[in-house]
Amino acid sequence: MAKAVLNHFSDIQPVTKDDSRIKRLQSVINRHQKRPDALIEILHGVQDSYGYVPLSLMAFIAQELKVPASRIYGVVTFYHFFSTKPRGEHTCVICTGTACHVRGAQVILDAIHDDYKIRPGEQTPDGKLGLQMARCLGCCSLGPVAVFDNDIIPKTDAKRLLAILHEKI
Amino acid sequence: MNLQQLTDIQENFQKKHKDIKRICVCAGAGCISSGSLEVVRALKDTLKERGLENSFEVISTGCLGPCNQGPLVKVLPDEVLYERALPTDAGRIVDGTTGGATVSNTAFFNKQVKVVLENCGRINPESIEEAIGHGAYSALHKVLTGMKREDVIVEIRDSGLRGRGGAGDPTGVKWDHVSKYVSDIKYVICNGDEGDPGAFMDRSVLEGDPHRVLEGMLIAGYAVGAPKGYLYVRAEYPLAIKRFETALKQAKSHGILGNHIFETDFNFEVEIRVGAGAFVCGEETALIASIEGGRGVPRPRPPYPAQSGLWGKPTLINNVETFASIAPILANGSQWFKKIGTSKSAGTKVFALAGKINQTGLIEVPMGITLREIIFDLGGGVAGGKKFKAAQTGGPSGGCISEEHLDVQMDYENLMSLGSIMGSGGLIVMDETSCMVDVARFFMEFCMDESCGKCIPCRAGTKQMYDLLSKICAGEANLGHLALLEELAPTIKETSLCGLGMTAPNPFLSTLRYFKHEYMEHIVEKRCRAGVCKMTSTMATSGVHS
Repeated sequence: MAKAVLNHFSDIQPVTKDDSRIKRLQSVINRHQKRPDALIEILHGVQDSYGYVPLSLMAFIAQELKVPASRIYGVVTFYHFFSTKPRGEHTCVICTGTACHVRGAQVILDAIHDDYKIRPGEQTPDGKLGLQMARCLGCCSLGPVAVFDNDIIPKTDAKRLLAILHEKI
Repeated sequence: MNLQQLTDIQENFQKKHKDIKRICVCAGAGCISSGSLEVVRALKDTLKERGLENSFEVISTGCLGPCNQGPLVKVLPDEVLYERALPTDAGRIVDGTTGGATVSNTAFFNKQVKVVLENCGRINPESIEEAIGHGAYSALHKVLTGMKREDVIVEIRDSGLRGRGGAGDPTGVKWDHVSKYVSDIKYVICNGDEGDPGAFMDRSVLEGDPHRVLEGMLIAGYAVGAPKGYLYVRAEYPLAIKRFETALKQAKSHGILGNHIFETDFNFEVEIRVGAGAFVCGEETALIASIEGGRGVPRPRPPYPAQSGLWGKPTLINNVETFASIAPILANGSQWFKKIGTSKSAGTKVFALAGKINQTGLIEVPMGITLREIIFDLGGGVAGGKKFKAAQTGGPSGGCISEEHLDVQMDYENLMSLGSIMGSGGLIVMDETSCMVDVARFFMEFCMDESCGKCIPCRAGTKQMYDLLSKICAGEANLGHLALLEELAPTIKETSLCGLGMTAPNPFLSTLRYFKHEYMEHIVEKRCRAGVCKMTSTMATSGVHS
């Protein structure tokens, strides 16, 4: 069954065993005793080290956990946190929660679009910057909030955020 | 661990800290982003330089409250608060000469009653000794060594505690149901999937006092007969995850988690499950599906999780804040808790105050307080001298409350009758620059994106409502479109499978109820009074409304 589904994945790359990230993934899988219910934990590991979840790894995890690859694909595409495409060398996340919305998150998104021609979920053609939006980062007191490569930038605005992006990229 | 060892840790802590001043620096996610960790370093360096390390102690704590004034520093036992502290202020804070305010004298603090947040901002959340020094786990000890399971449930029921996740079901009744099912194993789940945009209570509690949440889960496990617990928490809260992990390790090494807790027959284990960004997983059956490693899709109830939950076993699911309320109730008695708040909604509620308000942050107030008190006394009124328009509670499942209802007492029933809900505690203030149609569209877009797609009313209905609301915002709608929206809303409410769809029309319905004139302006006059919506067609010819 699993094999039949896998054949539909056209761009599948073979998993190279000597990649250190694979070893790390293998150890996460082993730590969870290959339990299928730990799938989301395992996918977090993949997303962390690769920046996305490649199809080849979905197939690999399917074999390890002995579940159909379609189920892995279903879970990956259900949750916003996992991406099936690379997300860019640097990532900028704009919080679009209610508090940030009423304080002007959309203005920031528009300004980034004017400058870099990208919308949330896209990356610049050179792959340097990926833009994401978050539903709420829970820093509502400090809105609008952005995150650049894991650093939270509180009380920001379009001008200041663009200055940071220009400086760091 | 036994009682003697527990009191030893308590006494050691108190002895050690008797003659010492504690400088508490907020290390919640908000203050860290404002630079509080640099302040911690500067304070530590200053104490070292001056050789004052024996009379002062610098600790990184959870949330101190007024987040937009961060980084925040509070000196105990003087209770003096320093706002917007910089590393260069370290010397003056140690000298005690910087202009700090005595905490209890400021409007932000003197209307608050801290039960859940009692220790938040006063202890180092990464130290079990500090938590025990402030009373953690003594309620658990009392329960395990001196109370029958049924008595614990009666105590919780008598306290009048209701679920803090939003729906407000009586917690004691839920516990009673789970305890009555016979099964080889039962589970306790702590719901920390705080997905409502604008809410950060659970994050703050987990970051500031993780042991209190864990103690609540342990007591619940004993009361319902469950040996295993899960904390389901959002991946967006890495600090909360880290601190709860630390709490688990420490509790385990102190014999408070694991086998034979407090030398009794009670065993309990806890695992953390990290979510992956799906709002629907806050719904209990979807959350269970997610813990099982699948897509977070809800299923019809009954059977309720109390009967058939995680892996088909009886499961108790409560919110983070609910669990954090348990230990104080058992330590102080149900009657103590019942005296706080109103007759139908006992106790306190934590709110996350945000939006266009002077003082944003985390507050804990007795139930029954009015919105006016929260916004104008605690929150210092609307920011920038603008005019108040609406307060949004309950996130995408809630509604907007208008000015004429500001004096209504906040409890579950009153908010419901206003067309909103208590929700988990997000409270966002909007001023005249917010357009209420745009707000309704914002929440509808959220629900549309977050709909899991399982049932048609929610999957197709939210999309239709979003398109219609977008038309109104663009000035392309006619009155027929509004009539269609009014027809769709109750249909989606009544026919959706889970809470997401059942409540998705609420933001639209409540804004229509209180701000119908704004809808009419968009539709008839093609005008947005707040200037938020960009109209594609205008009534430029008349010029009357420009």
